[in-house]
Amino acid sequence: MNIHEYQAKQLLKEFGVPVLQGDIALTPEDAVKVAKKIGGPVWVVKAQIHAGGRGKAGGVKLAKSIDEVREYAKNILGKTLVTHQTGPEGKEVQKVLIEEGCKIKKEYYVAALVDRTTGKVAMMASSEGGVEIEKVAETHPEKIITIEIDPATGFNGFHARKLAFGIGMNASLVKQATQLFSGLYETFIKKDCSMAEINPLVETEDGKLLALDAKMNFDDNALFRQPAVMEMRDLTEENPTEIEASRYELAFIKLDGSIGCLVNGAGLAMATMDLIKLHGGEPANFLDVGGGASKEKVAAAFKIILKDQNVRAILVNIFGGIMKCDIIAEGVIAASKEVGLKVPLVVRLAGTNVEKGKEILQKSGLNIISADELADAAQKAVHAAKGK
Amino acid sequence: MSILVNKNTRVICQGFTGSQGTFHSEQAIQYGTKMVGGVTPGKGGTKHLNLPVFNTVCEAKEKTNCNASVIYVPPPFAADAIMEAIDAEIELVVCITEGIPVLDMVKVKKYLNGSKSRLIGPNCPGVITPGECKIGIMPGYIHKAGRIGVLSRSGTLTYVAVDQLTKLGLGQSSCVGIGGDPVNGTNFIDVLEMFNKDPNTDAVIMIGEIGGTAEEDAAEYIKREFKKPVTAFIAGASAPAGKRMGHAGAIISGGKGTAAAKFEALRSAGAHISKSPAELGSTLKASLR
Repeated sequence: MNIHEYQAKQLLKEFGVPVLQGDIALTPEDAVKVAKKIGGPVWVVKAQIHAGGRGKAGGVKLAKSIDEVREYAKNILGKTLVTHQTGPEGKEVQKVLIEEGCKIKKEYYVAALVDRTTGKVAMMASSEGGVEIEKVAETHPEKIITIEIDPATGFNGFHARKLAFGIGMNASLVKQATQLFSGLYETFIKKDCSMAEINPLVETEDGKLLALDAKMNFDDNALFRQPAVMEMRDLTEENPTEIEASRYELAFIKLDGSIGCLVNGAGLAMATMDLIKLHGGEPANFLDVGGGASKEKVAAAFKIILKDQNVRAILVNIFGGIMKCDIIAEGVIAASKEVGLKVPLVVRLAGTNVEKGKEILQKSGLNIISADELADAAQKAVHAAKGK
Repeated sequence: MSILVNKNTRVICQGFTGSQGTFHSEQAIQYGTKMVGGVTPGKGGTKHLNLPVFNTVCEAKEKTNCNASVIYVPPPFAADAIMEAIDAEIELVVCITEGIPVLDMVKVKKYLNGSKSRLIGPNCPGVITPGECKIGIMPGYIHKAGRIGVLSRSGTLTYVAVDQLTKLGLGQSSCVGIGGDPVNGTNFIDVLEMFNKDPNTDAVIMIGEIGGTAEEDAAEYIKREFKKPVTAFIAGASAPAGKRMGHAGAIISGGKGTAAAKFEALRSAGAHISKSPAELGSTLKASLR
């Protein structure tokens, strides 16, 4: 799960990370009120969407008067921002963050994440702030310092000093840096983040360190114990079909192609998409119905796939282990009848109760293209989607 | 004849009396796995599936002399259950549970370090040595005893590979699902090392997926030390960046963890690449000639 910059800053502030004064606004009038409350002489108006690259897309503006705050807020609110992370369709801005301005002397980078190789929490810092860290990693890997933190002993002063001196901070800043880095680590641990990034971390002209921008992702598996984080979820930032799928505990991701996929198991679901592509088609979605899906769940999955207007054919690919093929067959039939299936349906069943499943499909009277092998199934689906 | 488990493996089940624990323990018993008991706190002293139930793993070990435990405990309590098994010095701990918070696994990993246990999973189908011992949720009947090792991050894709092998008349020595989570107990290299040493494994199918660098690390190892033919497939060549593809660990972030990079690493390490999941069995068969 992702949250907005302003929410990430609220969390960081709770853990002692300094941020600028600011507040959220939904209308230009709100923006003016917030600006007046903060006081000038300059303010920054920042679009709040779940994507980076806002500045370049015109979503971040420096206002030098209250009138400019109003004008920028008016321009940005309701605007669709297209950045390298939003995709070509862009994202509509519903909220702006109004913040006090500050005089920046130097920009740094710091982030916390789980290092998959070591299985530990790692913190990364760089003297190159305000740019994408991936680019720094490519061009100047030596400018990134990474440390690992032992979960038993947690974050210590030496960790902070290693990072701060490592990225060339002046000794006079190290005390502040220690508080800031430790606050970031605590936020990460206490809130079950999967990634928490401050970029840029700025040193102001009057010698203060603060988080100028922040980005946070959370571990979906831990949301059950993070009610406060759950409250920050902004459903308008998510794909409506993906939200509906999550209600049925279906792992679903919308894609741009024309072949709807209904598969059991995440690996097989990805492999099915890969197969479609290998055979010259494009998948319309990723969908894993899970290991022990019920007839109802399969029917829900089917309906979700059919909501996509781009879908020209559906490929059901099931390897029945725990999941029995006859259950899948019944779900498919129930859903097809309920929604009035208008696109070709290719079904490939294998594993437990496969014969029973095939029999149910045959007797249904539905126009189902049956396939025995994986490659055959993908080929048939690609052909069907092309209207052949 | 195999790695990790065999006909002498004595298995207990944590979360024994729950619906998952019950169903899969029944299946395991039917398959011939030597199930010797189970653990459900508060139900100690009772019997379930004709086997003794204990309150703690320690007690279960003392009374049954088990050397493996399979865990079907719900995600919020699963890390605790794994650590209990490690604390009881169970040699092999297999955690099937999907959805454990990653920071819980960071703790588990720390606790595992230097212990006497090996952890397989979490979020995995388990381990099977066909005809001898099945620990986990895989359908037993698709397997056939033989000389091919299978290791994978994905459950259903493992079944697909096994099914293809069996239909080609190629049996399996052991099949190991290492799980789809970003932080797990056993990685590809650990399992490859075991297959390398196993005189009864002739060749290996390795199935990876997008996210992380476990496949690239495995490729380095294969190049350096692995003596047997490897057939590899990576799922997710068509997956978009930045999206979690079902498995918590299956995500391309910051341009890292793409299928293309993994395929390339394995190819240059000398692995036989199956670009299609439909050709895992046939690619492996060709590699044996």
